[in-house]
Amino acid sequence: MIELKHINKSYDGHITALEDINLTIQDGEIFGIIGQSGAGKSTLIRCINMLEPPTSGEVLINGKDMTKLSQKELREERKHIGMIFQHFNLLSSRTVWQNVAFPLELAKVPKAEQEKKIAAILELVGLTEYRDKYPAQLSGGQKQRVGIARAIVSDPEVLLSDEATSALDPETVKSILQLLKRINKKLGITIIMITHQMEVIKQIADRVAVIEKGKIIEESSVVDLFTNPKTETSRKFIGSVISNELPEGLSHMNITKERQHPEDLTALRLSFRGDVADEPIVANLIRKYDLDVSILYGNIDYIHGVPFGKLIVTIAGAEENIRAGLSHLDNLPIESEVIGYVPSHN
Amino acid sequence: MSPVITNLLLKSLGETLYMLGVSALIAALVGIPLGILLVVTEKGGILACPAFNKPLSFVVNVVRSIPFIILMVAIIPLTRLIAGTSIGTTAAIVPLTIAAIPYTARMVETSIREIPSGLIEAAESMGATPLQIIWKVFIPEALPAIIETMTVVIVTLIGSSAMAGTIGGGGLGDLAIRYGYQRFQADVMIATIVVLVVIVQAIQFIGSRLARKADKR
Repeated sequence: MIELKHINKSYDGHITALEDINLTIQDGEIFGIIGQSGAGKSTLIRCINMLEPPTSGEVLINGKDMTKLSQKELREERKHIGMIFQHFNLLSSRTVWQNVAFPLELAKVPKAEQEKKIAAILELVGLTEYRDKYPAQLSGGQKQRVGIARAIVSDPEVLLSDEATSALDPETVKSILQLLKRINKKLGITIIMITHQMEVIKQIADRVAVIEKGKIIEESSVVDLFTNPKTETSRKFIGSVISNELPEGLSHMNITKERQHPEDLTALRLSFRGDVADEPIVANLIRKYDLDVSILYGNIDYIHGVPFGKLIVTIAGAEENIRAGLSHLDNLPIESEVIGYVPSHN
Repeated sequence: MSPVITNLLLKSLGETLYMLGVSALIAALVGIPLGILLVVTEKGGILACPAFNKPLSFVVNVVRSIPFIILMVAIIPLTRLIAGTSIGTTAAIVPLTIAAIPYTARMVETSIREIPSGLIEAAESMGATPLQIIWKVFIPEALPAIIETMTVVIVTLIGSSAMAGTIGGGGLGDLAIRYGYQRFQADVMIATIVVLVVIVQAIQFIGSRLARKADKR
């Protein structure tokens, strides 16, 4: 378990990079920290392995306070914390094999044992046939695989990921994330990842903290963050993955904020998650409230297997039926919002 | 060219190679570690120690700012102390080495600074000691640049060694001055220049070859 308690970090005594950070990360989970550049996430992840010691506060890894260790003890402790980087940071003078051997050499692991471990790890990351290549001969994705192999070859309990997928193309991002997930499941390594890409959080994180201006402004499970974001920043991040804007095709329908004409149709946005997605919401509106419902746009996404849907519909019918229908929706565990009115002559 | 001149040329070539070999070797042995020290002991370095770094950097700058011919004469007492004499080829090696060391150190310092800081951070994150970072990151990663540095140092030393005649150091440059210039023997002058050009070309060729071989980027 990793606990960050009241972490503060300031430079030159007055520039505050982190302010009273409190986080608890459980063994075996993938914990994401998302924030814009300059939010302090790089500093935060470097506090965990003390590459940037916090100005005050405690960093407890399995109860041991990293901030109280001597340089020598700290180096020993770091051997149990792997780290991967945005720009891979591989030694250009070493082959793939020799790069992965690097941490084992530092720990003075016997040669025979080194060879066994490196061979197994290269197999796991799928780079066996690239063992004698130099980093300059590899693609970005392959370089990051070497970075991952190097970070986990010494059997760490924790893997810190510093924007590990930010320099990669979307296809490669996917395969690297799958690899990280596999490592997390297969080897039980706790992963703490910082990123500015919500897609990354959505794909593999279990829990997430949103950091802004050096403070954690929101912390929850990924499913909760997506379905019920509490801050504007979180909403923006989610918007980058699941658009909250009206789909482009709807813009020509002249949806207006105010009702222009009594005949205008009411446009609704319905957001729902989990089991509610199975409920016949639309059918009920039609049957029980005698409304005409037509679907303009629909989308269901899955986050960790939980369905998360969005529907944009127009409803038409008698004034009191519309009101009754809307209040029925309000009583359901879904979010509904009147987004405007559509001229009926369309 | 008479056999006498040919013999003189060979003798001078031997002296030049002797001066170059010894001074370049010592310059490398002292200058490379000094260059590394300049990087690691500066503020924010992996063995930060400004109290050591600042004076060291100052001394390096002072020696570098003295023109070689003046340095050679100015350190005669030191030369006598080290070489036992202040005249002759061996004596010339002392000022040549002393001039080459700070030059090597500054160039090595620059090559090490060019190593991306992320590599050092990565090594630190794996629990590397400062000494391990020097041996396993700095030196191998900067090796191509260090080889190129030594090539430049040797070529520069050839130029400086021409002035060694001032203190009776001999060598090709001295031969060219005494026979080619002062005695108007144009053939000696031309022969000397040809030999010097060949040496410089050869050193540059070997240096570039080795650097390219070491460079895996």
